[in-house]
Amino acid sequence: MYKTIAISLLSIALIGVSIWGYEEHQNKRALFVKSENHYQKAFHELSDHMSSLHETIGTTLATSSDDQLSPQMIDIWRLTSQAQGSVGSLPLGLLPFNETEEFLNRIGEFTYQTAARDLEKKPLTKKEEKTLKSLFKQSKELNQELNDVQHTVLTENLKWVDVDQALADGNEPKDNTIMDGFQTVEDKVTEYQETNTENSLGKDVETHKFKNVKGKPVSENTALKKAQNILQERTEKGFEIQKSGKGSDVDAYNITYGSKQKNAHIDISVKGGHPLSILIDRPIHEQKISLNKGEEIAKQFLKNEAFKNMEVFQTAQHDNVGVYSFLYNEDGVRVYSDAVDLKVALDNGEVLGLSARQYYMNHHDRKIKKPKISEKEAKKKVNEDVKIEESHKAIIDDSKGKEVLTYEFVGTMHNNTYRIFINANNGKEEKLEKLTDSI
Amino acid sequence: MNFKRFLCVFIIIYGIGIGFQVTTPTHKVEAFSNQVIQHGAVGEDVIELQTRLKHLGFFTGKVDGVFGWRTYWALRNFQYEFGMKIDGIAGTSTKQKLSKASKYDKPAQKPNTNNQNTTPASTNTPAGYSENDIKLLANAVYGESRGEPYIGQVAVASVILNRVENPAFPNSISGVIFEPLAFTAVADGQIWLTPNDQAKKAVIDAINGWDPTGEAIYYFNPETATSKWIWSRPQIKTIGKHIFCK
Repeated sequence: MYKTIAISLLSIALIGVSIWGYEEHQNKRALFVKSENHYQKAFHELSDHMSSLHETIGTTLATSSDDQLSPQMIDIWRLTSQAQGSVGSLPLGLLPFNETEEFLNRIGEFTYQTAARDLEKKPLTKKEEKTLKSLFKQSKELNQELNDVQHTVLTENLKWVDVDQALADGNEPKDNTIMDGFQTVEDKVTEYQETNTENSLGKDVETHKFKNVKGKPVSENTALKKAQNILQERTEKGFEIQKSGKGSDVDAYNITYGSKQKNAHIDISVKGGHPLSILIDRPIHEQKISLNKGEEIAKQFLKNEAFKNMEVFQTAQHDNVGVYSFLYNEDGVRVYSDAVDLKVALDNGEVLGLSARQYYMNHHDRKIKKPKISEKEAKKKVNEDVKIEESHKAIIDDSKGKEVLTYEFVGTMHNNTYRIFINANNGKEEKLEKLTDSI
Repeated sequence: MNFKRFLCVFIIIYGIGIGFQVTTPTHKVEAFSNQVIQHGAVGEDVIELQTRLKHLGFFTGKVDGVFGWRTYWALRNFQYEFGMKIDGIAGTSTKQKLSKASKYDKPAQKPNTNNQNTTPASTNTPAGYSENDIKLLANAVYGESRGEPYIGQVAVASVILNRVENPAFPNSISGVIFEPLAFTAVADGQIWLTPNDQAKKAVIDAINGWDPTGEAIYYFNPETATSKWIWSRPQIKTIGKHIFCK
């Protein structure tokens, strides 16, 4: 009797578990299929975009009239940005695919800038034509490679989810076709780099390499003393110091400090022992000093650290901490690339942060020339609906990362505030930004 | 006799008049605290400033206690109309002029002290980033590095921001965060934990320009990293458990 009851109960339980297990399995499968489809879509789209890209570059080369050139260029730009989007949806996070993404980005930038200029007045240069020709050849090869991978994926029913899984676990996937294919693409793009730097596709963003970090090399001990001084700590307790690794743009000592109340990280340059970056974390108490008073403290700190001609540019308060941005000012021209940021605790006025990397990276002796157009002429270039309230002279980086002298106008339109930079030599609008208020 | 009485009354009335004149200035002390109020400031003084400027018709925005651009222009216009130095900073003389010219009823002694949530305090948002960007970043930072020291969290936020700027990565915050396999916290769902205030603070520091990593675009935990390739990246420094690289 008991036996039968037990058996029937167990069988019911078994059937229940089986049904549950089957459903779980189905759900899991459904999710698998969903993410697989998502990956497949991105992959096939990438392949599509690359082949359209190749074709469009081809037709652009064949175009004879300049007025047809701009739309073609815009098309290429659009395709590169779509291809980048597809790459971003593929599980390539742990695969080296950076060169290819950067390559796409640079094609986009090149074509966008060509499309944006008046091609009837300034047609393509010989160099740019050469660039397009080599791009045509390169995109053909990449396209071919991706097509091959696509073909194998389709005929052999390869799964992206498997690649994803294998990569996440750090294993080699059973079938390497997909990964090998992408590796080949990446290798090819790396090879192209040499030709591309010669023509218009080179890395055009100028990087100034910390020219202004001056002085004799300081020892680890001196750097540590400096950090102790900044934190007003008498002993070395809680400090750790390491020298920056190979990847660092500038040789520095990285100093970490930790105690119950305070955590800090300070970078001090080996050359000259200048603080490049300071970040101190501690609980902030009730506000005792105003944002305005904090500004004085920030100014004094800069003075002590031998920063000259710094002008406050922006101030803001976040939870009893004052944040101050300073710009270097040379004879009334403010230089946006030479920026220093400071944080001051508004409970006791302690300096909690310094960010001077930008300043040290970019600052150098400039010979600022006189502008070729007057402020009045520049003002005319601003949209007449904008009511100009403030004007300055400023040096900013243009879209290619080159420093240009501009007139800077701050104005309002429909209760919004805008900052507009007009090139002081040719009247071109270099940059326009809408300034945000609090929300 | 009649005349004497009249004189008496006159003197009394006159005296009261003087009395009034003496007492009026003490009224003014109520206005503002003695701090100099400037762009970017937040708090009760800013609320008062905005209310007064609104009363006079210079300020048309919402009174939110954050000294933003609209408050700045309103203050400058006020200074212009009243023939003062136009600097957009509410110092002693500007505050005096302002309190003479306008009315402000201080809210009855702190009605909100027990219930601070009734008026959500407005805060400054760094330029170029929305409140939602900051939330998403805070989620990612918390999911990736909640066991790390504060500086390590600022560092993780910086890496995300550096990637947005880097041409080899998607150029939006969401694009970078949700790139498949880019962050383990996204893959295992830890990104959906509710971040604490510290994570948000770290994000704001990173957005405001503090990058303790020295412009790193990768980081990994050497104990758990599964990718061999990541070891080939040039390393910059170690913060907490993470190695940061170019």
